[in-house]
Amino acid sequence: MTPTLSIDDLRIAFSHRAGSVEAVDRVSLQIAPSECVGIVGESGSGKTQVFMAAMGLLAGNARATGSVRFEGRELLGADRAALNRVRGSKLTMIPQDPMTSLTPHLKIGIQLAEVMVAHLGKTWSDARSSAGRMLERVHVPEPKRRLNQYPHELSGGMRQRVMIAMSLLCEPSLVIADEPTTALDVTIQAQIIELLRAVRGEFGMALALISHDLAVVAGLADRILVMYAGRIVEAAAAGALFRRPRHPYTAELLKCVPSISGPRSARLPTLAGQPPRPGEVLEACPFAPRCSRAAERCRVERPQLGGPAGAQVACHFPVSDD
Amino acid sequence: MIEPLLKVRDLCVDFGANAALRGVNFDLAAGEIVGLVGESGSGKSTLARAILRLLQPVRGSVQFLGQDLLQCSGAALRARRRELQIVFQDPLASLNPRMTVGEAIGEPLQIFEPKLTARARQLQVDAMLERVGLASAMAGRYPHEFSGGQCQRVGIARAMILRPKLLICDEVVSSLDMSIQGQIVNLLIDLQREAAMAVLFISHNLAVVRHLSQRVMVIYLGKLVEIAPCDALFAAPKHPYTRALLAAVPQLPSVIAAPAAPAAPAVPVLPAEPIQQARLMASGCAYRDRCPFVLPLCETTEPPLIEVGTGHWAACHRSQETLIPLSFAS
Amino acid sequence: MGAFADEAWQRLRSNPAAAAALAVMCAILALTWFGPWISPNDAHTLDWLHLAAPPGMQSSHWFGTDRLGRDLFVRTLAGTRVSMAIGLAASVVSLLVGVTYGAIAGYSGGRTDHLMMRVIEILSGLPLIFFVIVLTVIFGRSESLLFFAIGAVGWLTMARIVRGQTLSVRRREFIEAAIASGAGTVRIIFRHVVPNVLGPVIVYATLTVPQIILFESFLSFLGLGVQEPGASLGTLISEGAAEMEAAPWILLVPGSFLALLLLCLNIFGDALRDALDVRDGSP
Repeated sequence: MTPTLSIDDLRIAFSHRAGSVEAVDRVSLQIAPSECVGIVGESGSGKTQVFMAAMGLLAGNARATGSVRFEGRELLGADRAALNRVRGSKLTMIPQDPMTSLTPHLKIGIQLAEVMVAHLGKTWSDARSSAGRMLERVHVPEPKRRLNQYPHELSGGMRQRVMIAMSLLCEPSLVIADEPTTALDVTIQAQIIELLRAVRGEFGMALALISHDLAVVAGLADRILVMYAGRIVEAAAAGALFRRPRHPYTAELLKCVPSISGPRSARLPTLAGQPPRPGEVLEACPFAPRCSRAAERCRVERPQLGGPAGAQVACHFPVSDD
Repeated sequence: MIEPLLKVRDLCVDFGANAALRGVNFDLAAGEIVGLVGESGSGKSTLARAILRLLQPVRGSVQFLGQDLLQCSGAALRARRRELQIVFQDPLASLNPRMTVGEAIGEPLQIFEPKLTARARQLQVDAMLERVGLASAMAGRYPHEFSGGQCQRVGIARAMILRPKLLICDEVVSSLDMSIQGQIVNLLIDLQREAAMAVLFISHNLAVVRHLSQRVMVIYLGKLVEIAPCDALFAAPKHPYTRALLAAVPQLPSVIAAPAAPAAPAVPVLPAEPIQQARLMASGCAYRDRCPFVLPLCETTEPPLIEVGTGHWAACHRSQETLIPLSFAS
Repeated sequence: MGAFADEAWQRLRSNPAAAAALAVMCAILALTWFGPWISPNDAHTLDWLHLAAPPGMQSSHWFGTDRLGRDLFVRTLAGTRVSMAIGLAASVVSLLVGVTYGAIAGYSGGRTDHLMMRVIEILSGLPLIFFVIVLTVIFGRSESLLFFAIGAVGWLTMARIVRGQTLSVRRREFIEAAIASGAGTVRIIFRHVVPNVLGPVIVYATLTVPQIILFESFLSFLGLGVQEPGASLGTLISEGAAEMEAAPWILLVPGSFLALLLLCLNIFGDALRDALDVRDGSP
């Protein structure tokens, strides 16, 4: 079966006055139809840029090489027309900040209907009723009234629901959710995570969930990719990743997530140092400076992603079951 | 009884027609670490700024070291600022982009210890930089050359250089990566222990607050709804909002529990958004729109903060009952 | 401040138009200082043999002479020197006064700001030429009067700009941090606000210089500024205008110098704005 999204050896570099900075360094991944993949990483991991490349939304000074295939069709380097056929209909995105992603001077109803008019060729009145129905499905109270409101009249959580509705209007094959809950309060976050779960069940589309928060991803993902300094360092089934993390970074990161139950420690677990700035690392393992298991080999040889499908890790000395 | 370091009484702040703080009361003892938890719009950052008099409250008093900061003259207030410092949320924005970090850290010394020579000041700045985990050679660099975590260390160094009695931390780790948060939190814990200073740690992140605080206060729409010792709050919260907050925090699947896909959550998924401002002005509990345990009494009477245990206060008409969570679909 | 100056300088250097403008201005400046040494003539000698002589290399008067036989080359250079000096001095005054006034108004806010802005509006409303004429009548023509008159109004727009910038800087978090650190108002204005509004201020100051030179030229053209036998570009142009049909070079030489000077200053000012305003490192 053709994977919905197939990325091969993707490299993205940004050119600045001072030179070229690599943000994504040979990333390959696949998302199967109806699969939910969580992409986890911190600042400088490149997780957002990978999907920006898929959507054709890279900044002007970015150079991307490699291949990004959506349902078999190559997106990288495709012209605007080809991209626009796919973007917003079959391949949609829920952006991070609901405050700024909606056009402030247009009513919600118009912005939602516009998507269907443009992609599905519906009439404006048809599109509007479909939009109203979709708002109901994402549990927006009083959907008819909302259609006539402006974005600033809605709260953050409500706006995010509208964005989710917008992403589902044309029955997409893949929805990219870029930190969908980061800008929201924790109680609203819980609702949105619930909504995403329900929506997945109902619509059956594939979901790429990008987040820096492992706990958010835990609730939704079938498979998780961990990115560090522009590379994928671990790719495993969700349960396996949390039970038996193989990469030292994943293991440490899991320890860093503070919990509200269990014993209180005198000090919060943390990782010393900081992630490398984009462009800093060349050959070698990018995590070596902070890794307690690092050896000489780690500082000279770049580890490749290897292992059985479902439990891949890019490490010379992966954590094994002790 | 020893006089508390900070006594806040009936603090009210209005932003135009909106009531951001609606009568906040609490005490803070010297050397104590208190966490303040709330979501956006709760007024937690407003509270920090009101205590520091960075904005003018409509009503209330802030007794710090026996003096009401809201009634002070400008000079007296400035003198008090030596003992009362703050670290802000956005590490880069809180530093003057045109000053080196050394100058930024040294500025409080210039203000309060003008007799110090430049050399003596430099020594103290260097020592402070080292104390927060940065090399003293970095004193000549500008904020934009540092990462978020490093900038936050600079902010802490600047706040600590005069050894204040009370440090307010306003969402200091919220904009940092999870693997770096711990570094800053641990630094604060160390500094607090060394200086025996009081800390008011404001955050929306319950888990972080839990690791740091001795006591925790929960604020909702401008009023404190629960105050409790840390363990008591997390083990047995009495206010429905606190319970909802705790239930809403996403958790990693525990190692022992096997399933990869967690079961349906026990959290009652709250059906509505926070109450509209207009209704807030009327009487009654601000949480009634979202509360699964609401009574007719909650519409008419605002529940006061009453003591429900040792050092445990909650503002709920039903705080004395044992309430079983109802689960309902969204 | 050092890092920003370096960065800005780099960007300026890589801008060809700015580099050219700067080079030309430096050339003019050099010429105004050293030109009189090169030329065998001076600005005051009346050469009866060459009245209103056209420019040429054969005589020692490279740019020709004016109606009274004075060498146009040296005179123009002298005039340029005066114009540039006045322009620069008046700009510095307007900078200092305007920045202080605007920063205080913007930072204080409330009634103080209100009052200070009304003062500016009243002064802006005064008919400028009238003002200068009245002063000239009272105090007679002099260069210092000119300095004063120009400086007195040159700061108005600068103050407005600085006030606007201050209003936005005032809300930034590091100002709050400074207040929380116990900094007093004076320290905040001069240590925190002013350094962060300097970008637009410097740009405007560079663009103010040509405006002031032009204004001075205009006043001198009307006969209100520099008086004989001193010369500024304005007076020279005024003389040249009178002789335009018979001896056009008397107008063209100072006119071209003025135009060139203004062009270079404007180009440089624009380039400076680009160099100082770029925030993120985009190529």
